[in-house]
Amino acid sequence: MKVQLSVNGREVEAEAETRTLLVDLLRDELRLTGTHVGCDTSQCGACVVHVDGRSVKSCTLLAAQANGCEVTTIEGLADGDQLHPLQAAFKEEHGLQCGFCTPGMIMSSADLLSRNTDPSEKEIRDWLEGNICRCTGYHNIVKAVQTAAKQMRD
Amino acid sequence: MYKFNYQQPSSVEEAIALFKSSEDPKFISGGMTLLPTMKLRLAQPSDLIDLNAVADFAGITASENTLTIGAGTRHADVAGSDVVGRMIPALAHLADSIGDPQVRNRGTIGGSIANNDPAADYPAGVLGLNATVVTDRREIAADDFFAGMFETVLEDDEIVIAVRFPVPKRAAYVKFPNPASRYAVVGVMVAECAGAIRVAVTGAGPCVYRFTAMEAALSKDFSSDAIKGIPCEQDGLNEDIHASAEYRAHLVGVIAQRAVAAAG
Ligand SMILES: Cc1cc2nc3c(=O)[nH]c(=O)nc-3n(C[C@H](O)[C@H](O)[C@H](O)COP(=O)(O)OP(=O)(O)OC[C@H]3O[C@@H](n4cnc5c(N)ncnc54)[C@H](O)[C@@H]3O)c2cc1C
Ligand code: FES
Ligand code: FES
Repeated sequence: MKVQLSVNGREVEAEAETRTLLVDLLRDELRLTGTHVGCDTSQCGACVVHVDGRSVKSCTLLAAQANGCEVTTIEGLADGDQLHPLQAAFKEEHGLQCGFCTPGMIMSSADLLSRNTDPSEKEIRDWLEGNICRCTGYHNIVKAVQTAAKQMRD
Repeated sequence: MYKFNYQQPSSVEEAIALFKSSEDPKFISGGMTLLPTMKLRLAQPSDLIDLNAVADFAGITASENTLTIGAGTRHADVAGSDVVGRMIPALAHLADSIGDPQVRNRGTIGGSIANNDPAADYPAGVLGLNATVVTDRREIAADDFFAGMFETVLEDDEIVIAVRFPVPKRAAYVKFPNPASRYAVVGVMVAECAGAIRVAVTGAGPCVYRFTAMEAALSKDFSSDAIKGIPCEQDGLNEDIHASAEYRAHLVGVIAQRAVAAAG
């Protein structure tokens, strides 16, 4: 079937099987490989993107279900060479080691900061419930989100 | 995933007609249970009938003493709703405790109760608050709806349209979440509605159930002390890598007391 959607502000049209997951359309067809796949069970959050302004697991949504929607991936956050405050803060605060979980962490955090500009540490940890990191121990991820939140408020 | 046909009807009638004319169809709503199951090839429907485009499938409406939640309403929208927070805060809290934000952004109340996972939260909310399940063809009292492990009285082609909750005098939902999945190891909804006390337990057994001995004790004295000594049988309770039946039986008592204390 034909799927039409807007990805990072660009209108795209792609031919997809009905069983194609949104994440596979993004990675394999559109070559936006920043969105990762870390599990088969909808639990790790490496695949988080925004669909119509809400963070979702793109491994648990059919491309067909995103037909007509606006999708934002990690590639859509930076403004040219200017990193998004969350990207800059993850770099600054060492919020990543191997980086596999990072796109999902950042997309999930971006959704949080769009609803809550000054989240507490607990609110950040609760919000990142669906994002698993095997490396950092989470502390610096939380710090990075706080740093970015502060920067975005100032 | 195996191949399937995908259909997106815009009305309930159309959805049922498509269901009837397909070989081995399934409805899909939030997809948070069905898609992972299909990815693991534990389900292979010939046709997926997507309910997301059905008109008026999602939404929350309130009257003086009832709250009606459309089947397609996402967990995040119940959790974040001002009306739900004002009229049945225990229900908003329950929705907010499901899984993680991305699961809550897609998963729906209709999908959750149709699926009737033994460890799911909404079944305890629906049974504990004495809600009514409204389908395309009838209204089903919560006491009659949940039939067993992953089983309800819904017919194959029957669609949940909405769930209607009477507004309780007081209610609270407390769960002991599995630290990895957030599903309930044990979850208890305690509510007082129209003079009657209800205690619904999820996670502990193969299917959500009412703890009638606790209800009787609480009707006389609504305090956590009143249910302190009530024994919880471990026979028939779930036993898995997360918790033994003995542990779950113990948790039912502890979590129920906490729920009573929280309901005040
Ligand atoms: C990582 C993860 C964590 C989770 N944690 C929790 C948790 O802590 N607590 C909890 O309760 N749940 C949890 N869930 C499950 C989640 O709440 C699901 O959203 C819910 O169980 C199913 O709802 P759905 O809308 O996604 O249904 P779907 O997956 O779309 O459908 C599930 C089943 O219901 C049927 N169905 C769907 N809608 C209807 C309808 N309107 N009428 C008739 N049949 C219908 C479908 O045919 C299918 O058989 C979790 C899921 C994931 C992936
Ligand atoms: S890849 Fe793990 S949740 Fe999507
Ligand atoms: S940085 Fe390696 S998984 Fe998070």
